[in-house]
Amino acid sequence: MNVPDDLLYTESHEWLKREGENVRVGVTDHAQAELTDVVYVELPKMDREANAHEAIAVVESVKAASDIYAPVKGKVVDVNKALESNPALINSDPFGQGWIFVLKIGNADDLKQLKDAAAYRKQIG
Amino acid sequence: VSEAAQKTTPLYQEHVRRGARIIPFGGWLMPVQYTSIVEEHQTVRNNVGIFDISHMGQFIVEGTDASAWLNTMLTNNIDKLDVDTGQYTFLLNENGGIIDDLIVYRVGDQKFLLVVNAARVEEDFAWLDRDLRLCKEGRSPLARRSLAKEADRPGGLETAAPCDIDLKNRSANFGGVAIQGPRIGELFHALFGQDIELPARNTIVDLDFSGTNLSVARTGYTGEDGIEVFFPAEIATEFWNSAIGKGQEFGIKPCGLGARDTLRLEMCYPLNGSDLSPEHNPIEAGLGFFVDLTKPNFTGRDVLQRAKENGPAQKLVAFRMEGKGPPPRPHYSVFSNGERIGEVTSGTLSPSLNYGIGMAYLSAPHTKIGTKIEIEIRGQKFPATIEKKPLYKKS
Repeated sequence: MNVPDDLLYTESHEWLKREGENVRVGVTDHAQAELTDVVYVELPKMDREANAHEAIAVVESVKAASDIYAPVKGKVVDVNKALESNPALINSDPFGQGWIFVLKIGNADDLKQLKDAAAYRKQIG
Repeated sequence: VSEAAQKTTPLYQEHVRRGARIIPFGGWLMPVQYTSIVEEHQTVRNNVGIFDISHMGQFIVEGTDASAWLNTMLTNNIDKLDVDTGQYTFLLNENGGIIDDLIVYRVGDQKFLLVVNAARVEEDFAWLDRDLRLCKEGRSPLARRSLAKEADRPGGLETAAPCDIDLKNRSANFGGVAIQGPRIGELFHALFGQDIELPARNTIVDLDFSGTNLSVARTGYTGEDGIEVFFPAEIATEFWNSAIGKGQEFGIKPCGLGARDTLRLEMCYPLNGSDLSPEHNPIEAGLGFFVDLTKPNFTGRDVLQRAKENGPAQKLVAFRMEGKGPPPRPHYSVFSNGERIGEVTSGTLSPSLNYGIGMAYLSAPHTKIGTKIEIEIRGQKFPATIEKKPLYKKS
């Protein structure tokens, strides 16, 4: 499984990429493999505020619907509209074109709670 | 149920070896997919796929009175079965509720193979066995009446003891696979010989596979042409690998329960435990075709007769989602003009049609084909339309 070194990770299999005051969020390669064929993505509403661990998006495979959580407290400033017509981008390019939303974070210290690549690799075995 | 308590089929190691994702299903550890549900689904629609169905139960009912007794326990009419043919039928409780749906094959003059759902094996067997004990004690009212009637006929049961019936659960010693898809004919001949004919639809024949007798039935649960093969557990791995090996040139893939579910739902074949349950009878499920009300006695008959005369209160309908929306799922509520009219029992994104499809029990006045309904998904209502079954038709 691909676990890029330059990203942060959550217990619930989201990845984060720091972009100044923002973080870009998606689900990991491991998660997309577990989810199987993604057929529908419910994106969060623009400008909504979310607390850490709050379910703000849904990724649906043929078999089941899975919640996607805000990894840290923040405000939704961008969503990946491309997933509406092509949800399978989550399977084909989970760390790239398959990103789901961008959060503007209030407190960069919140990121300290997250796992680095080594810790996430250990989690997924 | 913990994983340790789950049963495995004779093909379990093959699934693991081939990298299948394994899930618990009906008390069994089964492959849900090998590579992708959508890919496996398309393989069955376009080429040919092979499924492990060893988790399904296999009972043998044999004896002079076997057909007379089964006709009191099952809804369809056993007397219509010639030797080597099978029929879809129901096992009902006294209220007409569905315990199980199954296929019964007449494999000898008075010998039957019942193929039942994995999760219902113990329950079905206990239900049949209980009635059989009553029958043997002369206390099963239904069996007594039916058998007495047969005994009155010339050449009937005069010489046989009443309830000469043996019921065996051979599930643990037998495996099975379904091989389904338009290229089944080619693969069948590659497996069994160019001069061996495919059995006709709904028939079952014994064929030789490297010295072992296999039962091969022209049946399936996918809407594609195909066969189901039943064999002793010892040769499961050999047969499975042989079919996959010989199937390479026809584009075969091993397929999991995920594709099995999307394929059957496109055809509106019901799934026991989802679309069928003891709370619903076959008339409500729209499967009255498999109930023979001209039979004088079978468990649940009176309830079904009334349901047919008065019309069922609820009906199982097929529907499709309109426009872009999330796929429907079991237990989502269904609305019409703000009124809750029922609940989804099965739902998915159809890989063949590329829109959401499902089945739902709705109150009968709302079940006309073409009716606009709404499916509530995470608090929001999405438009859907009631469609004719099956949802998928081969072009």
